Amino acid sequence: MGTPGSDGRFGDFGGSFVPETLVPALQELDAAFRGAWSDAAFRAELDDLLSGYAGRPSPLTECHRLGAELGCRLLLKREDLNHTGSHKINNVLGQALLARRMGKRRLVAETGAGQHGVATATAAALMGMDCLVFMGEVDMERQALNVFRMRLLGAQVTPALSGSRTLKDAVNEAMRYWVSAVEDTHYCLGSVMGPHPYPWMVREFHRVIGTETAEQCAALLGSEHPTGRPDLVVACVGGGSNAAGIFSGFAEDDDVELIGVEPAGGAAVGHGIPGIVHGMRSYLVQDEFGQVLEAESISAGLDYPGVGPEHAHLSASGRASYEPVSDQEVVDAFVLLSRTEGIIPALESAHAIAWVARERERLAGRTVVVNLSGRGDKDVAQMMEILGDRL
Amino acid sequence: MSLAAALGSRRDLGGKCLVPYLTGGFGDWTTMLGAAADAGADAIEVGIPFSDPVMDGPVIQEASSRALAEGTTPASVLDALARIDLGVPLAVMTYVNLVYRFGYERFARTAAASSVAAAILPDLPLEECGEWSEVADAAGVETVMLAAPTASDDRLDRVVARSRGFVYAVGLLGITGERDELASSAKVIAGRARERTELPVLVGVGISTPAQAVEVCEVADGVVIGSVIVRRALETGSPDAVGELVGTFRDALDRG
Ligand SMILES: Cc1ncc(COP(=O)(O)O)c(C=O)c1O
Repeated sequence: MGTPGSDGRFGDFGGSFVPETLVPALQELDAAFRGAWSDAAFRAELDDLLSGYAGRPSPLTECHRLGAELGCRLLLKREDLNHTGSHKINNVLGQALLARRMGKRRLVAETGAGQHGVATATAAALMGMDCLVFMGEVDMERQALNVFRMRLLGAQVTPALSGSRTLKDAVNEAMRYWVSAVEDTHYCLGSVMGPHPYPWMVREFHRVIGTETAEQCAALLGSEHPTGRPDLVVACVGGGSNAAGIFSGFAEDDDVELIGVEPAGGAAVGHGIPGIVHGMRSYLVQDEFGQVLEAESISAGLDYPGVGPEHAHLSASGRASYEPVSDQEVVDAFVLLSRTEGIIPALESAHAIAWVARERERLAGRTVVVNLSGRGDKDVAQMMEILGDRL
Repeated sequence: MSLAAALGSRRDLGGKCLVPYLTGGFGDWTTMLGAAADAGADAIEVGIPFSDPVMDGPVIQEASSRALAEGTTPASVLDALARIDLGVPLAVMTYVNLVYRFGYERFARTAAASSVAAAILPDLPLEECGEWSEVADAAGVETVMLAAPTASDDRLDRVVARSRGFVYAVGLLGITGERDELASSAKVIAGRARERTELPVLVGVGISTPAQAVEVCEVADGVVIGSVIVRRALETGSPDAVGELVGTFRDALDRG
């Protein structure tokens, strides 16, 4: 998972398919990120924020009870313990610092579950910037708590009323807004998707997950395990940022299997056909004419018909596999992890747990790292409705 | 007839070019195209509706969703265009995924066979358009490029050089939709583009009234008018009402 050229390609995927108005801004962003990423002072400032503000490094937790139940050695990378409750803060702190370095005074973002919106609102508050978040009207209902959190943090939350009124439409609205405000506004995109340089830049801001996990695995497994590496690394995939972050620590190690877990109702890699939307060429859930279809998932954060272009490339090249889980399997995994380990996962992260639980036979005796991308507080109200009588 | 020829001859006769936009596939749209042509349009831009139109504001979004709800597809729009002759050239405007899915080459050939003169793909900028432009050139479909206020001089040189038919100068920083006043950026970008090309330079996005059209045409060779026309089409469903509105722009531009 290296550095793409200025055309932003990962094999056949990626690129920058955006309205002409935005092209100069994206080129400026590419140049600014290249400069910042090779500037030791920028890296040091970001590292300070990640440790002193976000709480990194996040622990690698061994799940003894669930591991015993499933018959594998199970390790969780605890992104749920970061400030604001998910991996999203890694990317947002990086982009907010970069936006400030570029002289922008406002952040605009899209959000699905609200985690990226909350993280962006948080970074904006921290750095004294304005913040505007677009969120699908349907998601605003599903994730009312996060809407309130964003407003509490001083952000303006605007419903996306077009299309399916979920994440893809929030991206459309954020892009439309950015076209009109590109001069003083940075678009703080929340996953490894969109036009170049976002897929690459966002992956680099999440690389810290993979780097830490590789070090933690070496320390934990080093003496007993021949390589000091796990056999599998598993992460849920919406746009694919938490997966890209943790995969980046292991992609060059061919003995580590990389598994991305998609919701069955929005499996862009699984059912997708190559398409071009939101600035990128990637796999896309679409009809025979190229109209983008609505994804359907229990988790608002994975309700996205596309996927980051580097994942399309990792799949096409055979380096990573992408597998679907059903909403029911996710609900069961949500309960399973809560009951066996005392960790309530985000519904998104529960997808990765669900895959491990379902595939227990093929995982028997192996060492599996799951990226626990977020915590489940935001999902408790929704799960109360689904599970209320069952518990 | 090519777009470049139709618009160029209007300009060479000392006139200003008028290109209305209508979304294909909702209501009585082909009759509306005819009414717009009869009312003095020099060419017509026909939108092929897409599920995620990022360059479009609420009015054109609404027309697109209505058209999609009526079962409109790229093929159904092109088929319908093949069966009408309005006496003015037609440009299709759509988003790249529909063309990509259709197949670039097949789309270019089908468009040419449907007497479509030109294509406008707002999410296919200079850096990404090579593959498409090549097959479009070969099929005889003019690819109109957009010139935005954010472009540097050097970029603008390359954009106008790659454009065919006319240069579409984006009048403001923003998406399609009506505005109360002409943005100050409109004349500036029109002037910067005109210095660089022999092609007609038309300003689109945000041109909402005949007075704004006249004002921007102090510099530009013409205008593309979209949301104001589509709103009329949505509100009335009447080809006559659409024709009448196009006529008011025609009259204003002719009076100067
Ligand atoms: C906890 C959590 N995990 C995962 C995701 C999905 O995003 P990505 O695939 O970019 O990691 C989200 C998105 O909202 C999230 O909140």
